[in-house]
Amino acid sequence: MKKIINGKTILTAPFTEEDIRTLHAGDVIYIDGEIVTGRDDVHIRVIKEGMTLPVDIRGMALMHAGPIVAGTDEGRFRVIAIGPTTSMRMEKLEYDFIKQTGVRLIIGKGGMGSRTAEACREFGAVHCVLPAGNAVVTASCVEEITGAEWLDLGMAEALWRMRVKGLGPLIVTIDSSGRNLFEEKKQEYKKRRDEQIEEISRRLGPLL
Amino acid sequence: MTVKEKQKIINDTIAAFINYIAVHLPDDVVSRLEELRAAENDPAALSIYDMMFENMRLAAELNRPSCQDTGFVQFRIECGSRFPMIHYLEDLLRNAVIKATHETPLRPNAVETFDEYNTGDNTGTGAPSISWSIIPDWDGCAISTYLAGGGCSLPGHAAVLMPGEGYEGVVKFVLDRIAEYGPNACPPLLVGVGIANSVDTAAQLSKKALFRPVGSHSPNAKAAEMEQLLEDGINAMGIGPQGMGGKASVMGVNIESAARHTATLGVGVSFGCWTHRRGKIVFDRDLNFTTDTHSGFTIGQ
Ligand code: SF4
Repeated sequence: MKKIINGKTILTAPFTEEDIRTLHAGDVIYIDGEIVTGRDDVHIRVIKEGMTLPVDIRGMALMHAGPIVAGTDEGRFRVIAIGPTTSMRMEKLEYDFIKQTGVRLIIGKGGMGSRTAEACREFGAVHCVLPAGNAVVTASCVEEITGAEWLDLGMAEALWRMRVKGLGPLIVTIDSSGRNLFEEKKQEYKKRRDEQIEEISRRLGPLL
Repeated sequence: MTVKEKQKIINDTIAAFINYIAVHLPDDVVSRLEELRAAENDPAALSIYDMMFENMRLAAELNRPSCQDTGFVQFRIECGSRFPMIHYLEDLLRNAVIKATHETPLRPNAVETFDEYNTGDNTGTGAPSISWSIIPDWDGCAISTYLAGGGCSLPGHAAVLMPGEGYEGVVKFVLDRIAEYGPNACPPLLVGVGIANSVDTAAQLSKKALFRPVGSHSPNAKAAEMEQLLEDGINAMGIGPQGMGGKASVMGVNIESAARHTATLGVGVSFGCWTHRRGKIVFDRDLNFTTDTHSGFTIGQ
């Protein structure tokens, strides 16, 4: 479900294909509802080792993250700090992961490559950047840890299920048309880099 | 005071300071980020700056590390040759790291090379890293601490250029690295550039440059001019916070340099992310301390 409150676009999980297809690269969104974390090892298990995910994440959000989690006195878990990790590490396996699991929204740090963009276009998914280095605010968006799966992978690599409220700002970097904002930006930066190398060198000339 | 009591003061002060640094950004970084936010008008970039400031506020309120990656601990010691505790410093700093790891808590990030296990307390062979300089005829000691994040350490790079490549070669070296890896290193970045004889000296100077305050200038007028040209040029690339585009790409560029062999031009570059967690404490011989990086730091909070 997608709604706009006080100018903020808020999506509630699970997401329909239609919700996802109305998002465009560059949009800023926030999400409510249940999400899961999964990084390198979760991808390896599902795609390379052929294991079945312990949770059905069809239509849900996956966050590339390894949180710091503490146990509580009541035997539950609590998130102390959480932030996105570099998404590009998952690029090799993400196409197949999206295809197999039906996940619709991927959250991480930095951009992803052309295979992920292809999967987003084919299967109706998006990749979003969550600003990194904001572990405390992000942890405060987690209302509750609702499940802990594959704990044998260790705290960082385990699959955590959690309910979030207002998780964001998420900036859509790959939309379901396959447009890849981070890649476009990188090309822009490189073009401006070349201009600036010339400009700085020209101004350094008389100086040195 | 007995030696044991003195050791405890240094140990406790540094452990408390590491904790403080993990939670609170230094004054110079905060004020530069305020300036960058004030100058920004891109809505996505503004929403990122807002989140950063909200994170700083909440981290302080809840006394939690501002980023889940609490980094690899690095110290720079500028020690007076007559500082009474000089013999004990290395051990005291290691113990302070262990104490802070448990108390803050810091994420255990130190992995032994070849043996490939996490030591669990952020110490290990050469960890924390400690670099020394001795100040002749002084009885005080300045200890700078830096929590080096993985994401911003990753793009660090050093090489020896042909002298014929000149300062233009240095500019290209730095900008290439930023265009390729900067967007992923949590900008706005602080950029440290070292220019010296060989890879080792250039790399060390590039890290030393990250310890200089944001907004400081090299005492060499030409180097200071180059700092400004690089800062303006990199900002014109428009990388913005988190690499998503915006007015600024960097908080600043600091250059440190040394003489070199006539046939070499060594250059190194190190990056600090927007969560640039470094601070400096200065002890006098009686172990009274001052800090000009974190005005809010007092002991016993
Ligand atoms: S680069 Fe810095 S802000 Fe970004 S995740 Fe690493 S430590 Fe945190």
